[in-house]
Amino acid sequence: MKVHRLQLENIHISLEGKQLLALNAEISGGEVLTVMGPSGVGKSSLLAYLAGFLAPVFEASGLTRLDGEVINELPAEQRNVGLLFQDALLFPHLSVGGNLRFALPATVQDKEARIEQALASIGLEGFAERDPETLSGGQRSRVALQRLLLSEPKAVLLDEPFSRLDSHLRREVREFVFAGLKAAGLPAIMVTHDAEDADAAGGRVIQL
Amino acid sequence: MAHAKALPANIGVGLAPVLVLVVLIAPVALGLALTLLPAFGYLPVLGGERLTLTYFAQLFATPGLAHSVAVSLMAGLLTPLLALSLVLLFLAGTAGTRLERWMRRLVAPLLAIPHAAAAFGLAFLIAPSGLFMRLISPELNGLSSPPDVLIVNDYWGLTMSAGLIIKEIPFLLLMALAALPQIEPEKRVAIARSLGYRPCRAWLMTVVPALYPLIRLPVYAVIAFASATVDVSLILGPNLPYTLSVMVLQWFNDPDLNYRFVAAAGALLQLGVTICALLLWRLIESLGAWLGRRWINRGERRSGEALLRVSGQLGVGLAVLVSVGGVLALLINSFAGFWRFPDNLPGAWTTQTWSRALGEIAQPLANTLLIALVSTAIAIVMVLAVLESEQRAGRRLSPSMLLLYLPLLVPQIAFLFGLIVATEFLRWAPDIKLVIFAHLIFMLPYTFLTLAEAYRRLDPRWSQLAATLGASPWRIFWRVRLPLLLAPCLTAAAVAIAVSVSQYLATQLIGAGRVPSLTTEAVALASGGSRGIIAVWALLQALIPMLGFALALFLPRLLWRNRRGMRGLN
Repeated sequence: MKVHRLQLENIHISLEGKQLLALNAEISGGEVLTVMGPSGVGKSSLLAYLAGFLAPVFEASGLTRLDGEVINELPAEQRNVGLLFQDALLFPHLSVGGNLRFALPATVQDKEARIEQALASIGLEGFAERDPETLSGGQRSRVALQRLLLSEPKAVLLDEPFSRLDSHLRREVREFVFAGLKAAGLPAIMVTHDAEDADAAGGRVIQL
Repeated sequence: MAHAKALPANIGVGLAPVLVLVVLIAPVALGLALTLLPAFGYLPVLGGERLTLTYFAQLFATPGLAHSVAVSLMAGLLTPLLALSLVLLFLAGTAGTRLERWMRRLVAPLLAIPHAAAAFGLAFLIAPSGLFMRLISPELNGLSSPPDVLIVNDYWGLTMSAGLIIKEIPFLLLMALAALPQIEPEKRVAIARSLGYRPCRAWLMTVVPALYPLIRLPVYAVIAFASATVDVSLILGPNLPYTLSVMVLQWFNDPDLNYRFVAAAGALLQLGVTICALLLWRLIESLGAWLGRRWINRGERRSGEALLRVSGQLGVGLAVLVSVGGVLALLINSFAGFWRFPDNLPGAWTTQTWSRALGEIAQPLANTLLIALVSTAIAIVMVLAVLESEQRAGRRLSPSMLLLYLPLLVPQIAFLFGLIVATEFLRWAPDIKLVIFAHLIFMLPYTFLTLAEAYRRLDPRWSQLAATLGASPWRIFWRVRLPLLLAPCLTAAAVAIAVSVSQYLATQLIGAGRVPSLTTEAVALASGGSRGIIAVWALLQALIPMLGFALALFLPRLLWRNRRGMRGLN
């Protein structure tokens, strides 16, 4: 398994001349860097910038390297940076299997087997034809993580990924998300309000 | 900077807004210019080689012109005033109730009835020998023959205005319902209610000031349409004298080609009348705002609540009732055999009218369908391209895109006239391709109005997520955005079909009468056709848009029957 590495060099993001954040960091595979801070300090802008969605009203500078390659100028779909949102966001018009298939790179052979295998790994054998709306909250989170991993990202961004979950689900989802990312050797940046998230991630914490 | 640069693949889409503007503005500008010149006597093809004011003199010497102008102006102000007030009162009085949910479902089929069909329906309902008079005669009024009063085609065009109001209520309702979610009316009303204001009053005081700017453009479109309508005026409007727009049409069709110059002068006057109506409306806006502020500042919380609530429901309810009753009247008339006056229903029923009409229908029906389907396909592709280019650029379109709505604000007759001069000059024979193009000019703005809100409101996280999963912009468009927006796209297509089918002037003038459609044939029957025949054609004309809206409603339900998550999005 290849271990990936994400480097942020002199990242500056500002809005209308006012600097929102400045950041230097290096994250290696399996590590989660947690970024905390009150709302409005530019946590989401950081993720949008790294993923390639920063709105044109922001000014940003700096270099983002993924496995040594500078990705700043690449469009979002070519960056190999995956994203987990607060909600599982399974595409409502696709089946569970269709959601996973959407993430598989076009070059992958034998997609059906890969999808079944991914479903089996989270205890959802035979769920491929199901409507995502019929899954429980925990099951949806697992499918969302599998979908992310099937897209073969080299780094992952987590945008308050557990804040919408019930407290009993939160611990469970946290555990399998962090375990999954570690097993895949992916560097991750997590933005959160929740100190427990940061503890569970076990990595460095940056306060903005 | 970090934002995805315009890739070569995006250039085609990026040009879409420019292309759409050219398709829309070029014909309107050219048409207006080529109306202006003949109005001042310059049209070398017909021997007019120097500028003169003779034709304006001839125009102003027309008997009854002042009255025609007055009626056009009145319809142009009365229609938006009543339709808008009733729509706002209705929404205020029914926000969050079952009645409002009912209305949401009724809006589409009501909108689907073309202007001409609705006008015929109204005429058959309220004419002296119409369904309503039959229902109350002789029991309530002792009449055994139709009363000798002028209800339809009345001197002041009040019936015409009524017909327009009935048609514009569903249009403004749809526009208001589409705009409402952005301004979160529930929160506004909740706050006002917590301060002691009754609900209907709270809605009027806190939602209307934010809502009106969002539906201002559709309101202006109503003014432009009502002040210059031709088909509704031919069916319901006064004929001694006619409204200005109809007069212009008659001059244009006069065998004496010299009247073309007078027609051009009249078309220009029509433009002036519409502009005048729009300017007067600006005054009404200011007055309304001033009165509204005073009303709000008084701080009165409770009085008049019931009156406000009931007036909106009564008004909109009556409009719905008349629309439905009109269709019913058309249905009865189309199957009516011998029908003595005070009888509520025909004494004999027959399918003869239908079978006779169906024999003549093939060509107009084929034309109508072909024009509607081709122009709708083009309109949907163009509007999607514009909205998609906006998504990919990551920012709203430039304000110049407001010009998209120009064809809604300029009276059709004022620039279609010049457009014909242009096609004659270019020696383009009037054919179905030109008619499709002319329809497109009017369909694009409506299609854009219907689809833009849904497209922009779609949660951006769907496409962001798809991109981080490695999907290209085109894959995101085809596999994510389009399926998620299937229902609004189909609704927009249904609106486009309805707009195309209801086009009278664009089909009649640009097709030079050689491209008969259901609408041109139906309106042609207005003077002198038998009631049965008119009813059959009007119903057929209404049928196609109805089918369109029915498909737009049921197709997503069928496709997504196993996708519960798609229900909230529809």
